[in-house]
Amino acid sequence: MFEIGLGHYLTLGAIIFTIGVAGIFLNRKNIIVILMSIELILLAVNINLVSFSAYLNDLTGQIFTLFILTVAAAEAAIGLAIIVVYFRNVRTIRVEEIDKLKG
Amino acid sequence: MINLNFVFSEIFISISIMFLLILGVFKNRSSNLIYNLSILSLFIILISNYNLFGKDELTIFNNSYKIDFLSIFMKFLVIASGIFVMLSSSKYLKLNKIYKIEYPILILSSILGMMIMISANDLIVFYMGLELQSLALYVLASFNRDNVLSSESGLKYFVLSALSSGLLLYGCSLIYGFSGSTNFDQISANITEVQYGLTLGIVFIIVGLAFKISAVPFHMWAPDVYQGSPTSVTIFFAILPKIAALTVFIKFLYVPFVNLIDQWQIIIIFLSIASMLFGSIAAIGQQNLKRLMAYSSISHMGFALAGVAVGSNEGIQSSIIYISIYLMMNLAFFSCIFMLRRNNEYYEKIDDLSGLSKNHPILSISLLISLFSLAGIPPLAGFFAKFYIFMAVIEEQMYALAIIGLLSTVIAAFYYLRLIKTIYFDKELEKYDTNHNIGLRVSLAISTIIILLYFIYPSSLLAIISNIKVI
Repeated sequence: MFEIGLGHYLTLGAIIFTIGVAGIFLNRKNIIVILMSIELILLAVNINLVSFSAYLNDLTGQIFTLFILTVAAAEAAIGLAIIVVYFRNVRTIRVEEIDKLKG
Repeated sequence: MINLNFVFSEIFISISIMFLLILGVFKNRSSNLIYNLSILSLFIILISNYNLFGKDELTIFNNSYKIDFLSIFMKFLVIASGIFVMLSSSKYLKLNKIYKIEYPILILSSILGMMIMISANDLIVFYMGLELQSLALYVLASFNRDNVLSSESGLKYFVLSALSSGLLLYGCSLIYGFSGSTNFDQISANITEVQYGLTLGIVFIIVGLAFKISAVPFHMWAPDVYQGSPTSVTIFFAILPKIAALTVFIKFLYVPFVNLIDQWQIIIIFLSIASMLFGSIAAIGQQNLKRLMAYSSISHMGFALAGVAVGSNEGIQSSIIYISIYLMMNLAFFSCIFMLRRNNEYYEKIDDLSGLSKNHPILSISLLISLFSLAGIPPLAGFFAKFYIFMAVIEEQMYALAIIGLLSTVIAAFYYLRLIKTIYFDKELEKYDTNHNIGLRVSLAISTIIILLYFIYPSSLLAIISNIKVI
């Protein structure tokens, strides 16, 4: 029977992480997508940590995961608040139009 | 038994954050009171932190929080510069109508985050401190919320900083998986051979930290954020997070990963050379003073990293001296920018400095001193800072790094001297206001005098810093 081991979980984590990073750089449309990509990166880290924790028989990784989940929630809240503030000033959240600052 | 005396500063500052928040909610028009109370609480933790000097090093909270000379000194720097930043920026906040209760509270919470980061001896504690610091900084950057530039800079800082936190966390997860622990000492003990996963983890962590101190090639947020956010926040950005992140750099590289020095040394050297060169070259075309300072801080961080890359105690000490003098120079320069005010409006272009010396001789002298010091011209403090770095670098026979550093100093001198030329030889403009508040005057005076007179007694700072032994 096919056995799912640490390597598979790490590969899954790496794939999700790459999707997240690529989402930030390739996305040209909407800032909300960037927020989702950041969330994906943090979830990939969580998958990594939980699988390592199970593999090593050590609880620290799972505790770390709980901390990351909490911080991710706070980060998303602050990010949405900043996006709302920005939208009230500019009336758009298209990524291409964030270009008032350059030089 | 946990000795809570040693974390008195952290406990006190977190209680005062909560207290001030509640006070601000229930008392109307209390922003002035809260601003002063937060400065007072910073003074209290400065004193309580000062009392820790000379104590033995110890770890508390199950080895996850370390109180040693390095962390006490860096916390002292962070708190002291926090006080100066707050003293000098109150008038700016009032005139820009952002003198609100949340501002000092956010500053306090980011200082708390930095203190936790500096003392952390465990990946989890470190991450919590880092996030507390950056979450407060996101809001601070976009604090002037009706201003397009400020909200845009907050947005950019949020996206890039969150990405860097993600990269750093991925590195942390790899380190945890391949070494089996999150404690720094434990990681260092468990790393016996060079594994692929460990190297990858270190690279991710270095990338995340390089974002935080804006080293090239991870610097792209710095100029935009410096320019867009309110000047009072820019001065905060230019000083405090750099101190904290540099400490974390030193702790990460020399505590858990000291055995892997062959793996990370070349990366740090690359970051250092790239930041020195890019910071100096890109600053030449800038017109905005805050943007110019962003590039200047990138190049200064390159020098600080050169000290870290050396791999000896002298290198670490020289880069800590560098950051201490750097914060004084930046404080002096930004205090001068705060003084460019006419009819309650602040000016931040290079052209606004034109002919400043005719109307404001004292302000021009302070600017001259801080600019010469930033350029590293003897006998000002900035020269000594660079001198110690080059000494440490040459002692380890890293000649290429030293030569490139010297070359970039020469390039950087160009744009500092151009500012001086604008101040002294260009056509004069209208007079600026001179009714500055006492805090701004004091911080400008203290920082300028320290820069100017450092050469009389340089061994005092050296004697303190020679107590720092990381390896």
